[in-house]
Amino acid sequence: MTTDTVAAPLEAAPVTTPTARVALVGNPNAGKTALFNALTGSRQKVANYAGVTVERKEGVLTTPAGRQMRVLDLPGTYSLRARSPDEVVTRDAVLGKLSGEDAPEALICVADATNLRLVLRLVLELKQVGRPFVLALNMYDIAQRQGLRIDLERLSQEIGAPIVTTVATRKRGLSELLEQVEAIVAARKPELAAENVWHEPTPSEIRAAHAQAERIFKACVKPPERPDTITGKIDGVLLHPVAGLLILVALMFVMFQAVFTWAAPIMDGIDGLFAAVVEFANAHLPAGLLTSFVADGLIAGVGSVLVFLPQILILFFFILLLEDSGYMTRAAFLLDKLMGVAGLHGRAFIPLLSSFACAIPGIMSTRVIDSKQDRLTTILIAPLMTCSARIPVYTLIIGAFIPRTTVWGGLSLQGLVMFGLFAVGIVSALVVSTIIRRIFWRGTVEPFMMELPTYRWPEPRNVLMNLWTRARIFLSRAGRIIMPLMVLVWVLSTFPYPPEGATGPAIDYSIAGRLGQFLAPLMAPIGFNWQMTVALIPGMAAREVAVAVLGTVYAVGGEDGETGALSTLLKNQWSLATALSFLAWYVFAPQCLPTLGVVKRETNSWVWPTVMFVYMVGLAYLAAFIVYHTAVALGAG
Amino acid sequence: MVEAFSPSLEAPLEADVRPLATARRGDRGVIVRVTGVSGAAEAVAADELERRLLEMGFVEGAAIEVLHEGLFGRDPIAVRVDDTRVALRRREADAVSVKFDGQ
Repeated sequence: MTTDTVAAPLEAAPVTTPTARVALVGNPNAGKTALFNALTGSRQKVANYAGVTVERKEGVLTTPAGRQMRVLDLPGTYSLRARSPDEVVTRDAVLGKLSGEDAPEALICVADATNLRLVLRLVLELKQVGRPFVLALNMYDIAQRQGLRIDLERLSQEIGAPIVTTVATRKRGLSELLEQVEAIVAARKPELAAENVWHEPTPSEIRAAHAQAERIFKACVKPPERPDTITGKIDGVLLHPVAGLLILVALMFVMFQAVFTWAAPIMDGIDGLFAAVVEFANAHLPAGLLTSFVADGLIAGVGSVLVFLPQILILFFFILLLEDSGYMTRAAFLLDKLMGVAGLHGRAFIPLLSSFACAIPGIMSTRVIDSKQDRLTTILIAPLMTCSARIPVYTLIIGAFIPRTTVWGGLSLQGLVMFGLFAVGIVSALVVSTIIRRIFWRGTVEPFMMELPTYRWPEPRNVLMNLWTRARIFLSRAGRIIMPLMVLVWVLSTFPYPPEGATGPAIDYSIAGRLGQFLAPLMAPIGFNWQMTVALIPGMAAREVAVAVLGTVYAVGGEDGETGALSTLLKNQWSLATALSFLAWYVFAPQCLPTLGVVKRETNSWVWPTVMFVYMVGLAYLAAFIVYHTAVALGAG
Repeated sequence: MVEAFSPSLEAPLEADVRPLATARRGDRGVIVRVTGVSGAAEAVAADELERRLLEMGFVEGAAIEVLHEGLFGRDPIAVRVDDTRVALRRREADAVSVKFDGQ
């Protein structure tokens, strides 16, 4: 479709053509991110805006005419009147007031062609800003299929901006869009830019804008001949008061069973591969310090973390599907009242669900919650959601201590235990939230208002691209945080060497061993041995590190030549009561420094990470204590 | 702004104006007034709630239909405002007055 290969005009020689800066704005659910993905492909960078933790997504592209363009994907909004940190970024970026960012030279306003009313009001606000923009009528194929008729010429006149129809998911209309953007960037003379007359509208100004938008809408848009009825029919089932909730519970259950069972063969493969590599290294490298470092420190450490990538990807895959299909807001609708009982806002559902993958993106996405108290409550309980970094720990312990049998007609017992651990996390989060909102912050109720978008088939390409981004983030995290820690742990558990004639395993004499033994009396009442205590210390960097550390501690501490799987080792070394106590600890413990760091950054205070750390350690110790002593009393000691 | 509304023959002209909060599933009508709700328990000022409602399309003259109700206390509700579907709590819906069609 990029047939427009006319040579660039003379005055625009390649060397002098500066990179253009463009920002995407629009209502949520207008396909803005799909358009961003279609425009920039894999040339994207995800980071944070300077000083705030709003996710900054920028991509680079080359227009058909050969100009470089930097495209910024701004958070979706209904209005420039910002209410949440996300919307503040959008407003400031549009106004060119965002610190650390150059003002965009042009805006692309992305609109759902089938749902123009609300976006027209946003367009009128953009017009007041005076920055040139192009209106992209996205999902135009759906509008055509519905027989919706839009008088593009008239609409363009009314809003005073060029209009391009696009279908982001099929890459239609992209070169036309870029041409228009280039044209307005080229035509723009900064000194002649329209004056910015935007200010926060009063209610009566919003009404006036609505009236104007309505007039434009009536003049330019003929209602669809075949309006979408499928969304209504699906909602009839999915939002049914009883059936809807049951379907939601079933969906969550399937999701967690899938995370546990689908990933198993791939994980076994990765596990086997790394075991083979370790064996190969031990066999072919000269015995000594270096080999121990490479095999036991590096390879084993990285392997025991990489093995969980499949589960994390499956979980993100489901979350992305739920988001892209439009179901996520329905889930918030179904759960609002239930969550309200615990003092939570329905919007907290999305951050909390994200926290099942990782509390860090979860805590960051609490920015969609406007009220400070609602937001803080959600932040404080987000780490109680079972994040994917706990899955390695759970998997290891469940694999070692829970028999691989099926109960109740084919349900995996291991899967059920896993589901139970997730459930304990959720229930305790609700209890903690109730306590916070009923005792500490009895108070105000934030409005709940959310658009329920039209259902759409998730676009495979989009889902895969987002999944790939998640995988990259996980791998770079594994590289940057976990790898150095593995090296550190290897050093700690290798040096100093045991004295001549020592009888115990070498690790007993190392720094790690001594530190573990020093702290062990503190953890003895909950059934932890010193190896476990050792594992908890570097496990503060990231929960899954504990697994790798246990691997290192036991591989190093084991007898020569013994390379049995870690789970077999644990089975021999731990009692069932200890294993259950360890699981209970991991449901609650704040075993993740990055999370505490993010809380500090999000709340701009050390108070909240401290509160979080103290209450979570307290809960963890209490839970582990009760579980351990109950299990011992029942004969599992 | 209210040209879309034509009262049914049985209904008296000023008959059925009530807050949206009292509506049941299937009720339809036209929005006649959007205000805010003020009170100590509200996190946002009445004026702010009014603006948020307006921005989501709750504006005088908009056609409205209650599509779904939640399980517990029939709360929250999902409504169609012109052609947008919006979920909101009855608490906020109290700020929207609707002239309902006669049954």
